[in-house]
Amino acid sequence: MGFSADLGLAAPELVLAIGALVLLVAGAFAPKASQAVGWASVLVLAAAAFEAATGPFGRAFTGGLIADQASAFAQVAIFASSAISIPLGQRWFKRQGVDNFEFPVLIVLAALGMGMMVSAGDLISLYVGVELHSLALYVLAAMHRDNAKASEAGLKYFVLGALSSGLLLYGASLVYGFAGSTVFSDIALAVKGGASTGVLFGLVFLICGLGFKVSAAPFHMWTPDVYEGAPTPVVAFFAAAPKLAAMVLFARLLSQGFGGAIVQWQQVLVALGLISVGVGAFAGLAQRNLKRLWAYSSIANVGYAIIGLSAGTADGVQSMLMFMILYMIDVTGFFACLTALTRKGRAMETIDDMAGLFKEQPGIALAMTAFSLSALGLPPFSGFFGKFYVFKAALEAGVLDEVAAVIGLVGSVVAAFYYLRLIKVMWFDEAKSATDAPPVEAKAIGVGLALFTFPVVMIALHWLDGAAVNAAHAFGLT
Amino acid sequence: MPILSLITYAPLIGVAAILALRFFGKAEDPGTVRAAKWIALVTTIATFALSVLLVVQFNPATSGFQFVEEAPWFAGLHYRMGVDGISVLFVLLTAFLMPLCIAASWTSIQKRVLEYLIAFLILETLVIGVFCALDIILFYIFFEFGLVPMFLIIGIWGGQRRVYAAFKFFLYTLLGSVLMLAAILAMIGVSHTSSIPELMTYHFSPGLQTWLWLAFFASFAVKMPMWPVHTWLPDAHVEAPTAGSVILAGILLKLGGYGFMRFSLPMFPQASQMFTPLIFALSVIAVVYTSLVAFRQVDIKKLIAYSSVAHMGFVTMGIFSGTAVGEQGAIFQMLSHGVISGALFLCVGVVYDRMHTREIAFYGGLVNRMPWYAATFMLFTMGNVGLPGTSGFVGEILTMTGTYHVSTWTVFVAATGVIFSAMYALTLYRRVVFGTITNPKLQTIADLDWREVAIFAPLIASTLVLGVQPGTVFNLTQASVDHLVAAYQAAIGG
Repeated sequence: MGFSADLGLAAPELVLAIGALVLLVAGAFAPKASQAVGWASVLVLAAAAFEAATGPFGRAFTGGLIADQASAFAQVAIFASSAISIPLGQRWFKRQGVDNFEFPVLIVLAALGMGMMVSAGDLISLYVGVELHSLALYVLAAMHRDNAKASEAGLKYFVLGALSSGLLLYGASLVYGFAGSTVFSDIALAVKGGASTGVLFGLVFLICGLGFKVSAAPFHMWTPDVYEGAPTPVVAFFAAAPKLAAMVLFARLLSQGFGGAIVQWQQVLVALGLISVGVGAFAGLAQRNLKRLWAYSSIANVGYAIIGLSAGTADGVQSMLMFMILYMIDVTGFFACLTALTRKGRAMETIDDMAGLFKEQPGIALAMTAFSLSALGLPPFSGFFGKFYVFKAALEAGVLDEVAAVIGLVGSVVAAFYYLRLIKVMWFDEAKSATDAPPVEAKAIGVGLALFTFPVVMIALHWLDGAAVNAAHAFGLT
Repeated sequence: MPILSLITYAPLIGVAAILALRFFGKAEDPGTVRAAKWIALVTTIATFALSVLLVVQFNPATSGFQFVEEAPWFAGLHYRMGVDGISVLFVLLTAFLMPLCIAASWTSIQKRVLEYLIAFLILETLVIGVFCALDIILFYIFFEFGLVPMFLIIGIWGGQRRVYAAFKFFLYTLLGSVLMLAAILAMIGVSHTSSIPELMTYHFSPGLQTWLWLAFFASFAVKMPMWPVHTWLPDAHVEAPTAGSVILAGILLKLGGYGFMRFSLPMFPQASQMFTPLIFALSVIAVVYTSLVAFRQVDIKKLIAYSSVAHMGFVTMGIFSGTAVGEQGAIFQMLSHGVISGALFLCVGVVYDRMHTREIAFYGGLVNRMPWYAATFMLFTMGNVGLPGTSGFVGEILTMTGTYHVSTWTVFVAATGVIFSAMYALTLYRRVVFGTITNPKLQTIADLDWREVAIFAPLIASTLVLGVQPGTVFNLTQASVDHLVAAYQAAIGG
């Protein structure tokens, strides 16, 4: 295949790369025009999403990049989620007195990294994608640099992220050493009919490294601290899209690279998933800070996605994709609501701050209730359907026996307690003082996404289901 | 005309209207509040009218599902609605009690009235949806989401320990239904269908049936509630506002019994037969033990709550007798209990609204000041005891007759419950109503007003009509129950 055809397959990434560089230069020469840079970034992301949705499919750069239904599906979701976070975050930073054009550019760069992750076809592009998006996220976490907590969050994120990158690289080099190639399809040939111990060693390191990125227990330690310290709109961004990107990368690596070692990685994933569900549910009980609480909630929810993936079937991948998309809506929406809420200029971050919110801000309180119930997996909210897919796939594949399925679901009853506590505080308690008028864009995003959890999801599910089925079959699983 | 969807979603029209009021008017404005109450009342009465129409059109001669609606949804699931003889009357019961609940809350709910009405209307949609759903996932969605409005009703408008009661209610029932969800997913995985009629004819292997039965049991036993997982009920009842208790006792408890008849018995017949002794044991414990517990209560509502548990014991016994008479009795007992226990909670509400206490010792001699109230309360107490001529008698006698040939000892012990119920109910009545007024605060208590008379009149009428003319109910349920029992007996080889 010719070089120009390869470039055509990489069109979404190219749009983002060129766009980010142009905007960076433009921002440097016209520092006053940060809002314009923001909107231009949204346009760049939209163009990239369009390219991803309509672009040709195939393998480019000798297997280094794969454009298929799966990458297109994930890229559209990732770019959309990134685009939403630009107005949300830029306005917030402006209110904090930090008016910078770097924020949207960094989001675009992170989106580029994530775009590479979901279309990575070998270990090198995998690593480059992971690093590109991680570096952007480290900076974003610490962007509110006058705030000590944000700086701490950025540093913590960076140090632990570097550790996980090290694990990833070490695993990649082991796999290369024992399998003789970095391209997924060649690795698949090498592990066909059973993987050697060396390859398995490498695979375990790769899983650990990716486990860090998706914050699955026991690699979750950084999550609560980083969520708590980082600016809320930034959390809305990196709690959603990067998780999806890493999960899709996970799915591609395991199915296209290590399909022969399915028996081995299934066990690891089931363990990871169940531990995450348990840790997320029980540790969340002790949290008073909502950002920490939702960090644990995201750990538990990633656990469910991993359980879906562990099925090792096309249905399993589809369930993971559905779950992650629906979960992204919850988490972005929830943090958008949190961004909107201040009391006398001070951010409302603890559960007690939410007292009487229903009287003060009925729209936001209703939205937060919807997100909480959805994250808890209560029907008819979108999160229920995510769990439905995951457990259906896992039970059908026989990877979970009845007892493990029950453990997984009982985790959601434990987690129900903290979601309910939040709802109780918002609905039953009396407010201590009035909240400030919420900023328009944050409220609009929060309430708009809440409408998606219900009732829009009821109609959208049919369409989303079809798209996820196509995406899942791109991985070549049955 | 998709009449079932119409009935199910009709209350949501009221919700939309109230929300519109909320947007365009001030929420606490008396005019807005009054308008919202009328909207809710009219909506629920319209829903009731539609459900009467449904029952009139219902063809009692066939055992299958009627008024079936079907549309593909996603991932192989369908939007399926339909009713048969087992479910149609529960739709009617729900639609019947709802306007009464709205009317009963007319003056007693003072804060956040609009939200209260919205919660009730949503609850009505969900409960009717549970009885109409023919897709197991759709059923689960309606079943599970019902927790949320009830959680809010108890938690916002409840009594002193409302938060504790709301959490207990939610977490207990959630744990049960999460296990049911696991079973539902396993069933879909094995049978590759989510349609309830198809699942009813699917043969699950006996080993799997045991697990599935236990998971469904966990959910329905909590809802029912059966001893020993009944402890959430007295708390929830005591703390809930009057109308909340009526819905809880009148309708939500019936979801458990309905679930046993719709799922456990037809889908897992071998397991049902295997666990019948367990159910019988729990049922008689519920009847005897909770009757004795009821006798010791000092709070009127708690006493009635425990008596509900006891009466539900008859229902589970009748359902698992596996005989047509037992099933008929169970359905009848659920309908009758829906009316009578609802009415009893309303009776408590009447004096609670006036005196703001439910302590039995506070009252006494009410007959001197409230003769009409005393007569009403008397009728429903008699219904609760199971006096012939009231609907309470029919259900109890049929469940016992139906079970007699299956397990004589069970019936023998359960029959003592009838005596116990007379003991606690009449004692309650004597202490609250008879005697002379000793508490000076009661000297000025007023008798029923026209609104309360209007609420009680339909309840009195249905208690007496059902008691004298139970055949009207049996005509409707006969075909479906016969079909259910025939399939069950064939499956267990009896």
